[in-house]
Amino acid sequence: MKLDARIPSGPLAQKWDKYQFEARLVNPANKRKYEIIVVGAGLAGASAAATLAELGYQVKNFVFHDSPRRAHSIAAQGGINAAKNYQNDGDSVYRLFYDTIKGGDFRSREANVFRLAEVSVNIIDQCVAQGVPFAREYGGLLDNRSFGGAQVSRTFYARGQTGQQLLLGACSALSRQIGLGAVQSFTHSEMLDLVVVDGHAKGIIVRNLITGEITRHAADAVVLATGGYGNVFHLSTYARGSNATAIWRAYKRGACFGNPCFTQIHPTCIPVSGDYQSKLTLMSESLRNDGRIWVPKKTGDQRPPSQIPEAERDYYLERMYPSFGNLAPRDISSRAAKRVCDEGRGVGEFGRGVYLDFSDAIERLGVATVRERYGNLFDIYKEITDEDAYQVPMRIYPAMHYTMGGLWVDYNLMSNVPGLFVLGEANFSDHGANRLGASALMQGLADGYFVIPYTIGNYLATQKPDQRPKASHAAYQEAEENVRRLTKRLLDCKGKRTVDSFHKELGKVLWEHCGMGRTKAGLEKALKLIPALREEYWKNVNVPGEEGDLNQSLERAGRVADFLELAELLCRDALHREESCGGHFREEHQYPDGEAKRDDERFAYVAAWEYAGPDRAPVLNQEPLVYEEVKMSTRSYK
Amino acid sequence: MKVKLKVWRQKSANSPGGFKAYATPELNPNMSFLEMLDVVNEDLTRQGEEPIAFDHDCREGICGSCSLVINGKPHGPHRSVATCQTYLRSFQDGDEIVVEPFRARAFPLIKDLIVSRQAFDRIIQAGGFISVRTGSAPDANALPVPKDKADLAMDAAQCIGCGACVAACKNASAMLFVAAKASHLNLLPQGQPERFRRARALVEQMDREGFGSCTVTASCEAVCPKNISLQFIAKMNRDYGLGLLRGR
Repeated sequence: MKLDARIPSGPLAQKWDKYQFEARLVNPANKRKYEIIVVGAGLAGASAAATLAELGYQVKNFVFHDSPRRAHSIAAQGGINAAKNYQNDGDSVYRLFYDTIKGGDFRSREANVFRLAEVSVNIIDQCVAQGVPFAREYGGLLDNRSFGGAQVSRTFYARGQTGQQLLLGACSALSRQIGLGAVQSFTHSEMLDLVVVDGHAKGIIVRNLITGEITRHAADAVVLATGGYGNVFHLSTYARGSNATAIWRAYKRGACFGNPCFTQIHPTCIPVSGDYQSKLTLMSESLRNDGRIWVPKKTGDQRPPSQIPEAERDYYLERMYPSFGNLAPRDISSRAAKRVCDEGRGVGEFGRGVYLDFSDAIERLGVATVRERYGNLFDIYKEITDEDAYQVPMRIYPAMHYTMGGLWVDYNLMSNVPGLFVLGEANFSDHGANRLGASALMQGLADGYFVIPYTIGNYLATQKPDQRPKASHAAYQEAEENVRRLTKRLLDCKGKRTVDSFHKELGKVLWEHCGMGRTKAGLEKALKLIPALREEYWKNVNVPGEEGDLNQSLERAGRVADFLELAELLCRDALHREESCGGHFREEHQYPDGEAKRDDERFAYVAAWEYAGPDRAPVLNQEPLVYEEVKMSTRSYK
Repeated sequence: MKVKLKVWRQKSANSPGGFKAYATPELNPNMSFLEMLDVVNEDLTRQGEEPIAFDHDCREGICGSCSLVINGKPHGPHRSVATCQTYLRSFQDGDEIVVEPFRARAFPLIKDLIVSRQAFDRIIQAGGFISVRTGSAPDANALPVPKDKADLAMDAAQCIGCGACVAACKNASAMLFVAAKASHLNLLPQGQPERFRRARALVEQMDREGFGSCTVTASCEAVCPKNISLQFIAKMNRDYGLGLLRGR
């Protein structure tokens, strides 16, 4: 398949303006004749659904939660980037663009990232107008903080709950449209298949999670904003319900999956404490503004941190990356933590942890200031670990946090299936091989507020108004039967093992062989273990309860079935990418000092995998990454 | 440690419900309360019984999905946390723990420990927003907001919409939730044009949903996982009253 990214011609800084002028428009009277399905109501989904409804389209919004405002964007802590340069510290659209491209280790698409940086300034305006209570200075103007991978302060924040406040803002806009009747909201409704009619995405099949009822929904276009697939690792900072089912089933209907092996392991999470654990909790990257990361210099040093003198501590990030120090990007910080723990210098009960120490900050700023900046994070830490981080350093360790990979999209954010748009974390487009902190919120809202309103019109203008297929069309019938068959198969298995036990085992395989350090041998082993586990799943899974009822085991069973397939694609992609870049670290490909060794000759492309059928290897399509403006260089934070 | 559970089981809104006793296997005190329920559910599944249905998602106290009345208290024994942030170290070995759903007429039961809190969404849809179209906003620093105002608005805006305030209230009043939503926007300069209309729209929808009246017992404030203050109820009452007087 030839993938066309449809990047507008002309100088980088003028592409988006040019696109907006050249894009086809739908006249206002015709807009109400088009129906758009938006799946998901996180930052991308809620902002898209609200904005499209404001424009006059008929919008249907589907969420598996009981309310749109529960989406996991709500848990983002630290902040949102924007090139406002309110700090007068040298920021600009170009610098945000360049930091993002470099942070992504030169594996993202130049034109998309530039557009993201351009619209970032509008996002802050929009959010403030909605009433998002961002942090303020005494003069009443907006405050900023710094985040990893940047040497300017461009991050806007609302205490440690920025994601919550942005989502409540986007959901208030969505709620307003629901109240006006412009958006139909379907809650407790999980998308289980995509309907493709004559090559175009024209609807979805949905299961009502309370009644079990399966329904068909036809539309002129389908927008997926269903988040990332990090829960394939079982233990992650994702919400328990976050899943890949919508994008995975779209993949099986022909949408290419871009760079599945680009996954982000976040350096500052609370370490795993036992086998029963259901999720990992992030400690915001903003803590690295004032916290210093260290481990003992000696291996196996069991002394409590207060008894280890200054001279026997290794502030390894400050030592290895003096110009960025504790604010080195996430992939680099995570690997450094793994390395010192592998050396036997890790701290805590299982030796998988490093200290994040605030004693210097408390001495410099006083407890009150530290409490004001990070109080809620210290509280969370205390609840989980029963330790007071004002007194003893936090213990942190990397954990699965975000997926840069996702469904392949062109400059329109449309997948290779016409009419199927993919926004936010669910697409692959903007973060390359590593995402910088505070950029996920930026991308979700950029896609939903400021990109899709223009690009979806460009598609809909090619579709005749009021001409969408009827839900009685054979394609909907076939998709519905597919969903019913899958549900029945899961319930009829009546095996011995629980869904969670399979999910846990899958997670362990991935964490070990496709986590922070990946090798050919490890990945090949995982590619044997995963299909075997999947085979056992379909023979031996135990899904209690009924179809026509609220059945949480059945919900999870469908999602884990998809993870068992996606995991294999993830490893396959990681195996084929014989280079190290960003979050993808192949141990065979590193410099003597342990830094990632990229191979631009062979791998400067997006790997877009195409489904080829149940028992056949997927087809690898390549979209070459052509850089018109930036020169690909070795990424250095030293 | 081990605990004895008494859990409310109810197949659906229309079938009768009742308490069922469960003995847990050996537990780790560092487990969260919901992880303990996971363990019990794994056991139930293996024994061929239907697991206990309960709401949960982020498991870090921010999505507002988890509910549960634990030993008579919404969100369990500790102040300022949600159920998902409650850990077994708060209980003793051998304790009996009673687990019930949030109960209120406006929160109809769906199954076991899950209730519908969609009345909250309809309240927001009635007026919990600032009417601003995407793309029409002025520069973010064009309108300075005094820091104390922004901080106070943020105190109100922290509400996670879990419904514990309703579950704790003897009248099943939703005043704390509605007041938090109204105050967040009404405190900010951006929220002024719709301030009185907003307060009225929110209160009127709350009444239509069948929540009870507020008699200021402050039980809501005592169980709120985000420490939403009772003072916001006074603020909203003022806006509501002024709105009525001004005919807006």
